[in-house]
Amino acid sequence: MQPEDRRVVEALRAGDEAAFMKLMREYGPMMLRVALMYVSTRAVAEEVVQDAWIGVFNGIGRFEARSSLKTWIFRILTNTAKTRAQREGRSIPFSSITSPDGEDGGAVDPERFLGSGERFPGHWGTPPRRWGPDERLLSAEAQGVVDAAIAKLPPAQQAVITMRDVEDLDPEDVCNALDITETNQRVLLHRARSKVRQALEEYMR
Amino acid sequence: MRLDRELTCAQLVELVTDYLEDALSPEDVERVEEHLVFCDGCTNYLEQMRATVAASGRLRTEDVPPELQERLLTAFRDWSRA
Repeated sequence: MQPEDRRVVEALRAGDEAAFMKLMREYGPMMLRVALMYVSTRAVAEEVVQDAWIGVFNGIGRFEARSSLKTWIFRILTNTAKTRAQREGRSIPFSSITSPDGEDGGAVDPERFLGSGERFPGHWGTPPRRWGPDERLLSAEAQGVVDAAIAKLPPAQQAVITMRDVEDLDPEDVCNALDITETNQRVLLHRARSKVRQALEEYMR
Repeated sequence: MRLDRELTCAQLVELVTDYLEDALSPEDVERVEEHLVFCDGCTNYLEQMRATVAASGRLRTEDVPPELQERLLTAFRDWSRA
């Protein structure tokens, strides 16, 4: 077990409220954000988070750290959310790559590549330029652009990029959480990242 | 996808995620890297994709609302005293 995880687990088992609050502030936002991908309202998502924590409390005595604490909490959360979504009669088919995500073009507007009549078909006609200073990319405005681009994605792409890139969860855990294959996960991640890059490129211009 | 030895830029942009995820065959990794050597456009593209991943990772997720924090703390107390 990671030493940090071990300390936290022992503190929770001992009923240490400060340790619980710290852990909850660390993972609570991730849990809420992820729960919202499975259920229809914020109120239900909050209930899912609460039920998941109760699952964490009840399971902590048996936690053996085959995974990190974060991964273990994430699994409890997604299992709780899936059960709740089923009960609501709402289950999102995250596996569907096309519908209901709708038709998806390539990663880049085809117009930006040279056509078949050109000397180098398929090569850049309008190549991407280097992005300017890092300060712009790090600005609150750029963060807003990324946030808005993710919010506009179809549900499955949004779920994958949120879990992988925003919350930094492992691909394997994301596949299990969404009941999708690794290939499927990569396709969804690719589409999602491509669109967010596109939005950032427009902003960085 | 069956690829010719030489990739076009249009093909490369579709391989970028598999490349970053280490999901390409060694031969395709070679093709991608050979292409990158002479293509500034694709080098910039790959850099932008990396920067995009990093930007998503910097997003601040909103805090747990105070009422929910209260409820969770109560649940923790109930559990630890039980």
